[in-house]
Amino acid sequence: MLKDQWSGLTESVVSLGATVRFLWRLLVHTPRALLRFDLIIEQIWNAGALSLVIVMLSGLFVGMVLGLQGFQLLQRFGSEDSLGTASAIGLLKELGPVITALLFAGRAGTALASELGLMRATDQLSAMEMMAVDPIQRVVVPRFLGGVIAMPLLAAIFSVIGLYGAQLIGVQIMGVDSGSFWSQMRASVNPVDINEGLVKSCAFGVTCSLIAVYEGYNADPTAEGVGRATTRTVVTSAVVTLFLDYLITAMFL
Amino acid sequence: MNGRPVFDGLNMDIPRGRVTAVMGPSGTGKTTLLRLITGQAIADSGTIRVDGEELGSLARAGLTRAGLYDLRRRMGMLFQNGALLTDLSVFENVAFPLREHTKLPERLIHQLVLVKLQAVGLRGAAGLMPAELSGGMSRRVALARAIVMDPAILIYDEPFVGLDPISMGVILRLIRRLNDALGLTSIVVSHDVQEISAVADLVYLLSGGKVVAHGTPQQLHSYPSEIVKQFMGGLADGPVPFHYPAPDYFGQLLDRNGDI
Repeated sequence: MLKDQWSGLTESVVSLGATVRFLWRLLVHTPRALLRFDLIIEQIWNAGALSLVIVMLSGLFVGMVLGLQGFQLLQRFGSEDSLGTASAIGLLKELGPVITALLFAGRAGTALASELGLMRATDQLSAMEMMAVDPIQRVVVPRFLGGVIAMPLLAAIFSVIGLYGAQLIGVQIMGVDSGSFWSQMRASVNPVDINEGLVKSCAFGVTCSLIAVYEGYNADPTAEGVGRATTRTVVTSAVVTLFLDYLITAMFL
Repeated sequence: MNGRPVFDGLNMDIPRGRVTAVMGPSGTGKTTLLRLITGQAIADSGTIRVDGEELGSLARAGLTRAGLYDLRRRMGMLFQNGALLTDLSVFENVAFPLREHTKLPERLIHQLVLVKLQAVGLRGAAGLMPAELSGGMSRRVALARAIVMDPAILIYDEPFVGLDPISMGVILRLIRRLNDALGLTSIVVSHDVQEISAVADLVYLLSGGKVVAHGTPQQLHSYPSEIVKQFMGGLADGPVPFHYPAPDYFGQLLDRNGDI
């Protein structure tokens, strides 16, 4: 039992080290990969544009729930005019980056991991190696950078749509005054709040994309191996995202 | 591999401009041999000289990726399943090495790709996606891609596996024709005795990590060795036993606990 836990712990440490080394390899290849920006644009489209619908829909629903719950809570203290501030801070600092990262890991991360895993299983990566084309530079780095760029954009869209959802419920249905909703929000939300959200979404973008490409690239070249890599991508991304969220929040206090 | 040597005392000489076949029972290390020749794996000891360059010592002396890639540009390899890039069309798959390594104008790339596709008989399939191709067609497209950079060495990893007789005939014809027309050195790893006999100039038969016989296909058919006879004749039992090593049969049948 204890031995199992110990070997599990050692495995995690080894895998963390391997992931960091893999990140270093990606960074070394990044300058040359940037010269072919068309490949990166294609991946921003794959990771970003194709996740847009689920991110927008989720943003709307989360904002609507926030409007409803926020109104209920603030009404108890007679401060329902602060609904705009509460929703904006909640979305920009926490819900926007975190929920987008979880959705991103589920939609784009799994797609990346399974695509790379299948490329490995069907010898496409070895074929590139044999054609003297480095698969890290040609395939992995553009996918990683595409994810890193797409994630903060998606988080920003999530927050904006969420705010609209909160406004829809709070102002249009519950009758909060539109002027105080927006003006209180503008007066109380500081640039530092936006920065916190931005730092989080960038950090989550790097980690979720890194975990996806690492798991996919190193997947066992079998059907089972690709499945395992996909599952691990979602689970690890979710746990690491929530852990980093705590660290960054503490850092900004 | 796993502490067990794959090859021991292996000595092979692959002549320029000929079709050399490497044959042997499954699990004898044929694919490992290809990985060694192409620098995908590095041998613990011994020397591998490809086109005048010593791979093993280069690797041990810190062979740079650039050096290895330079060597690989002179090689083409056909993978068992073709290994086409599934997100690119047939045309783009063949154009892939040209686009990655050269700055040729689009018009020239267009012509080069069509010429290579014509050579494998698939010019008409240029617009198809890999998912729309049969197994034999995929391998022919991969072959066009392997020769698009005009390599000096062409390596085939099990090119006949899972093909119908017509596709097999096509691949056989292509191996011979491309080798002679382009002046290539071809290495074919396979265990299809009939097909290899029809196409190879020289055959190496490997077993247990050693070369057990080599010569022309005709010489191998009349080779005075039990293992060669078993392999060339496709016999189920012989020096390579039918049964995987196991404990006593009756003892295991009568064992009440039924431990495996």
